[in-house]
Amino acid sequence: MMESTRYRLASNIRASAFLAFSSIVLVLMLAALPAVAGRGLIQDLIFVFYMLALAQCWNLLAGYAGLVSVGQQAFVGLGGYLLFALTIGAGIDPIAAVLLSGLIAALFAVPTAFVVFRLRGPYFAIGSWVVAEVYRLVFAQFKQLGGGTGTSLPPSVTNEIFGIEWVKAAIAVRSPAARDIITYWIALALAAGTPLLVYFVLRSRHGLALFAIRDSEATAESAGVDSFRTKLGVYVLVAAATGMIGALIYLQKARISPDAAFSVLDWSAYVIFVVIIGGVGTIEGPIIGVIVFYALQHYLADFGTWYLILLGALAIVTMLFAPKGIWGYVSQRYGVALFPVRRMLIRPHE
Amino acid sequence: MLWLGTIIEGVLLGGLYALFAAGLSLVFGIMRLVNLAHGDLIVLAAFTILSLTTWLGFDPFLAALLAMPVMFAAGFALQYVLLNRTLGRDLLPPLLVTFGLSIVIQNGLLEAFTADSRRLRLGAIETASIDLGGNLAIGVMPLLTLGSAVAVILLLNLLFYRTALGRAFRATSDDLEIAQLMGIDHHRIYAIATGIAMLVATIAALYLGIRANFDPTIGPARLIYAFEAVIIGGLGSLWGTLAGGVIIGLAQTVGAKINPEWQILAGHIAFLAVVVLRPRGLFPRALD
Repeated sequence: MMESTRYRLASNIRASAFLAFSSIVLVLMLAALPAVAGRGLIQDLIFVFYMLALAQCWNLLAGYAGLVSVGQQAFVGLGGYLLFALTIGAGIDPIAAVLLSGLIAALFAVPTAFVVFRLRGPYFAIGSWVVAEVYRLVFAQFKQLGGGTGTSLPPSVTNEIFGIEWVKAAIAVRSPAARDIITYWIALALAAGTPLLVYFVLRSRHGLALFAIRDSEATAESAGVDSFRTKLGVYVLVAAATGMIGALIYLQKARISPDAAFSVLDWSAYVIFVVIIGGVGTIEGPIIGVIVFYALQHYLADFGTWYLILLGALAIVTMLFAPKGIWGYVSQRYGVALFPVRRMLIRPHE
Repeated sequence: MLWLGTIIEGVLLGGLYALFAAGLSLVFGIMRLVNLAHGDLIVLAAFTILSLTTWLGFDPFLAALLAMPVMFAAGFALQYVLLNRTLGRDLLPPLLVTFGLSIVIQNGLLEAFTADSRRLRLGAIETASIDLGGNLAIGVMPLLTLGSAVAVILLLNLLFYRTALGRAFRATSDDLEIAQLMGIDHHRIYAIATGIAMLVATIAALYLGIRANFDPTIGPARLIYAFEAVIIGGLGSLWGTLAGGVIIGLAQTVGAKINPEWQILAGHIAFLAVVVLRPRGLFPRALD
């Protein structure tokens, strides 16, 4: 009798086995795509992939850890500039430099966190923005990296990226297209890797701690959760991923300037828009958001300011009337979840 | 003597930043709302004044006087219709709605007024200065700006501590539920507060437009200076906000004196130093 009233902790893993299988197939198909697709499509997909990766990162920060940052452009720009410094200055291969940029960005994130974590909630948001501005102004001082006007990656760096000869021979393309293809694969790896990263963080004990802090910080702390360290861990992890994405973005653009690399519009506003429209606090949301964002950008970007007014207005309307975004609405209505991060109490039937 | 001039210049610049910040501080103190569109609303006010001067040929001061009730109404409506819906336990809605609003206002202004730099023209008084002797002179307009900032803070304090409306402000700030039990319509109180914040923003916009060129994209930077002044001063303290503005102004002019490229950076560094050493600001009144 005692047994039957015992609750069981479960998460919906089996239902997602099919999804995991189809995701792997999708990623493999996308990886093979450059063999048949044109350069334009590849470049569009690079954009979609890095926006998705950035959105997943911001979502982990704001949606799960309660760290609403308007300053993630600090780490995008930092990653970009580190890529330039490592490849031009130290002669490191760009692919290795992308990874290294992420690691160094994480090192920068620790002292940054000790400053911005002094501010809470909404003050953290603007505080993180100020820090990003400080990064922008400091990088504008480095004359070796082009100062305020910026600099370009020399062809000697971009044309000797690891694996480029192999791609040129295998797919029969010229150097610029081969470079795009390699960048595309890294972008795909990041876009597929960040949701997995978020998933595994949330499934871990740190994830449980994050949920506890989100529901009630005081209660979580009284139960032994170290709120500061949990948030610091997420912040540094996200900085590493964001730094890598930033390095990748500027490997593809091959031209960097402080105003572009630390742009609040490109690397915060758009990213936040993607997450809000798709659904904040879900792994599925950013995926849907990035598709909506790409479609809007594709059809409306020519309208310039009107396009941006529309994006802003859409974000406001979503926040007011469907604060959980498109995916939040769908999952609430139909009870579906692709990534089983929720732990449910199940009462066993007799 | 050279440094004395720099310091005077910094203090006077602080007056402008205090005007940027006073409205933000008021709204902050009463409803804990961080309005990310505050800087863009200041720029909106500047363009409203500019339109009145160009279309109707008014002097900027008269135009600002006429723009004030318009901006008050805009602030009241903004709070009543939009921002009141976002207030609650969750911190995302107010932040993201005002962030979206910032983008809408910026691009709306770009659409209406293009990206050209504009300026409010006042004639000779723009460059007039008072000679203090020994190569030291104080600009009349910067002095007027600081004077207005002090007057605005003084009036806001009088309103806050000496009137029935101010009592309602303080009551809703201290304990929302008890204030509601006492019959205060907090939605209306909040709307009036944002309306007043927009009144002050209009005064700030007047001096902003006379002091330097402006265009639709400069709002976010004004928001950051204003926010820095509020945090340095401490939450809920209007005199603290004035002090915060002066500190940012001083840091910027001293930084610029050392190296012109360090002006903005020096202000940010001063802010971050206060955040690290005194995260609650120098003169906090309210607990967040």
